[in-house]
Amino acid sequence: MTEVAQNVKWIGENWKKEEVLHGKVFTFSDRPQARYAWDTGEAIGRYLAGFKQGKILGVRCRGCQRIMVPPRIFCELCFRDISEWVTLKETGRIRTFSVCYVTWDMKRIRKPQIPAVIEIDGASEGMGILHLVEAPRGDKPWERLRAGTRVQAVWKPKGLRRGAVTDIRFWRVLTGNANAGH
Amino acid sequence: MARRVAVIGAGMTRFVRRAKETSRELAFGASRMALDSCGLSLNDIDCVVHGTAPDAFDGFHMKGEYLSDGSGAFRKPYLRCYVGGGTGVFAPIQGWMHVASGLFDTCLVVCEEKMSSCQPHPQGAFNSIFDHTTERPLGPNLLWIFALEMNRYMNAYGISQRDIAGVSVKNKKNALDHPAAQVAKETTVEEVLASEVLAWPVHRLMVSPVSDGAAAVILAGEEKARRLTDRPVWIQGVGWDLDTSYWTNRDLAYPQYVENAARRAYRMAGVREPRKEIHLAEPYDPFAYKELHHLEGLLLSEKGKAPEDLARGRFDREKGELPTCPSGGLMGVGNPIAAAGLMKICELFWQLRGEAGKRQVPGKPERGLAQAWGDLMQVGTVVVMGIK
Ligand SMILES: [Zn+2]
Repeated sequence: MTEVAQNVKWIGENWKKEEVLHGKVFTFSDRPQARYAWDTGEAIGRYLAGFKQGKILGVRCRGCQRIMVPPRIFCELCFRDISEWVTLKETGRIRTFSVCYVTWDMKRIRKPQIPAVIEIDGASEGMGILHLVEAPRGDKPWERLRAGTRVQAVWKPKGLRRGAVTDIRFWRVLTGNANAGH
Repeated sequence: MARRVAVIGAGMTRFVRRAKETSRELAFGASRMALDSCGLSLNDIDCVVHGTAPDAFDGFHMKGEYLSDGSGAFRKPYLRCYVGGGTGVFAPIQGWMHVASGLFDTCLVVCEEKMSSCQPHPQGAFNSIFDHTTERPLGPNLLWIFALEMNRYMNAYGISQRDIAGVSVKNKKNALDHPAAQVAKETTVEEVLASEVLAWPVHRLMVSPVSDGAAAVILAGEEKARRLTDRPVWIQGVGWDLDTSYWTNRDLAYPQYVENAARRAYRMAGVREPRKEIHLAEPYDPFAYKELHHLEGLLLSEKGKAPEDLARGRFDREKGELPTCPSGGLMGVGNPIAAAGLMKICELFWQLRGEAGKRQVPGKPERGLAQAWGDLMQVGTVVVMGIK
């Protein structure tokens, strides 16, 4: 059998970097004019109102008994209404984390961001939220963090909270507890 | 029972960083090559399925309509489908439905992506996959979710970055033999580990590139397929499955939805022991660890054991018992999102017909599998193809 590609005229020509830089490429630029104002909705609205007061709220489903965060007013698995609200703790464990040195447009950042999935104490096992962990000192932060590390929410001062997930500045590692695993 | 459907032709463009061609010209290039490969004209095509990922890449709303000329869709029943990165294997499943149902005898399936138009960086298009209220205020980027999942996978099974780096080495090397490849390269585990840390544990050489490109296949019902070719490659099984979008509430260590999709496809294909009955696989590899993660979900490796299989050469193209990504995959050929998934279907077609040239997997493979993955880390799409 012959290789299929041998008789083919390949389409897909790459512009070289010099060609782009020297203006050989005709382009037309535009920025879509689209701005959004998202309603928080019932569940997340109440969740964020809790943030403003320095509280993390979850919900319990009467069907599967899961205590969930972020909260929702319907259980996506049982597909039924949820009406029971629970105040969770402001501590938790790192389920998984990353140490990120780039922004979305691939600009390098010196002080890395540490996104993590944090399992919130008081919620069912495995119930986490995406948030940021305070960077530990030193140049290899990943050697100082691990799955299971216990962390605590560090809130913005009351007057600066505005009902947003960023009302928690970041999560700080609880000292003396760093090795608590599952 | 659905009627049998075969792939009878395939085509693709080169995958490149920034194509001179427009999106529509790329779609045409792949479609024309697929038609030519089986000697058909557009008049022979009953319906068209198009797959393409976010509208935001092209900055053109209703991308299906935008790409319809290059996809040969005018005056035909036309469907655009989209499940993020999973689209490239989802599109041929949609095409299969069109033909298996008996509604159409032939279908052109074409997938296209031109990421380079999106400035300053196409990753900007991915920022809007995160929840606008609970996640976006934190300033996330696409690397985060991969890095978080990779770390969880490593942690759950005690896997190291070194164990994973071999995927980059294997796929970039395989791609040296692919005439359409963008980032083929001879490299080493040491070089992968020494490359820049973008988002620990992810290093630069563990990430697939930004790409422009298109791919296409022609599907035909059994009767028509037998008339048009003496070497049809049958779609033996298809499966797809979606997990919860509350991704921080689920264990990222194992892609259960990929297993669910694979089980559906195996059942339809009559595959009882995938590790024996699948002879080559094109698992989705946008990041190095994803290939291993997916091979486990596909039941082709035991949970947490894919890195060991990789280390002992089980996935090597020339001598391995189960060659994986013989094309070079997304890590080597490139990753124009939807087109990259369909490129895997093209590769199975060429491999199973013995037409893969220097990339040919030895031993006359009779059955292969392609898989893609997408949405918010939650969708699995699987196709099993074979010559019987
Ligand atoms: Zn429930």
